[in-house]
Amino acid sequence: MTDPLSRVFAALADPTRRDMVARLTEADHTVNDLAAPYDVSLQAVSKHLKVLEEAGLVTRTREAQRRPVHLEAEVFDLMTKWIERYRRRAEERFTRLDAVLARMQDEDPDNPAIPTKQEGTAS
Amino acid sequence: MTTMQQTETRYPEAAIEADAEVPAIHIWRDFQATPAQLFRAHTDPELFSSWVGPTDVGADITHWDARDGGSWSYTARGSDGREDFETSFHGCFHTVREDRIVQTFTWDGMPDGVALETLTFEDLGDGRTRLHAVSLCDSFEDRDAWLRSGMEVGVNDGYAAIDRMLAEGSL
Repeated sequence: MTDPLSRVFAALADPTRRDMVARLTEADHTVNDLAAPYDVSLQAVSKHLKVLEEAGLVTRTREAQRRPVHLEAEVFDLMTKWIERYRRRAEERFTRLDAVLARMQDEDPDNPAIPTKQEGTAS
Repeated sequence: MTTMQQTETRYPEAAIEADAEVPAIHIWRDFQATPAQLFRAHTDPELFSSWVGPTDVGADITHWDARDGGSWSYTARGSDGREDFETSFHGCFHTVREDRIVQTFTWDGMPDGVALETLTFEDLGDGRTRLHAVSLCDSFEDRDAWLRSGMEVGVNDGYAAIDRMLAEGSL
């Protein structure tokens, strides 16, 4: 998977990595901090971090001894934007579908999905 | 008004999920309609064309045979805000049933790519029906390309427009 967006999706496919990312949205953490809540080895956590790093989602500063892990919010935002844009397109279609269904409702009083809208029309 | 609905998720607006396990996109949306009405809106070509296409122009149905083993094609025209585009899609109906439509979906700009779409219409029992659409793509790359394209804009034009909007911060 050479596509950067695919790497981001793949990195976030794992629940532990998603949880790590969620915690990093609040503050930078050291590897030890990050590992604390999980019942896995430090080595396993380092492996997860490597996947997140390769996807460009997190970086680790070189200079400080504790090398805190930092979330690259821009990459994360970009992905969120693609999905939100896609969602908005779908929602635009569905809003048009709402209108089509409302018209069908009017033309089809024998099959009312919203009885309250039909009240007063019953014989 | 004691209710057990607190744990019940509602989708008054579309919810999207990029599946983590397989290259699929899920969409959920609740409608004020019966399953039969939602089914008609997806299988009657006149009704379908009135909502599926871009807002101002809509879609031209070029072929429509909504039954098991039938097929469909349509062309959508619109504007990405800078230039007009025209794009077409085709596929085959595999299962056409009141509560379920299974079909293939190909964007003609990438004729070798094909997604398998499964639409289910679930009666929520209160006059509403839930649409759950799953599009299973060939690969994660194709799936993610769909997510980026928004499915309506020609991919190259679309990418350029999206890149511009992202650069301008207007997305």
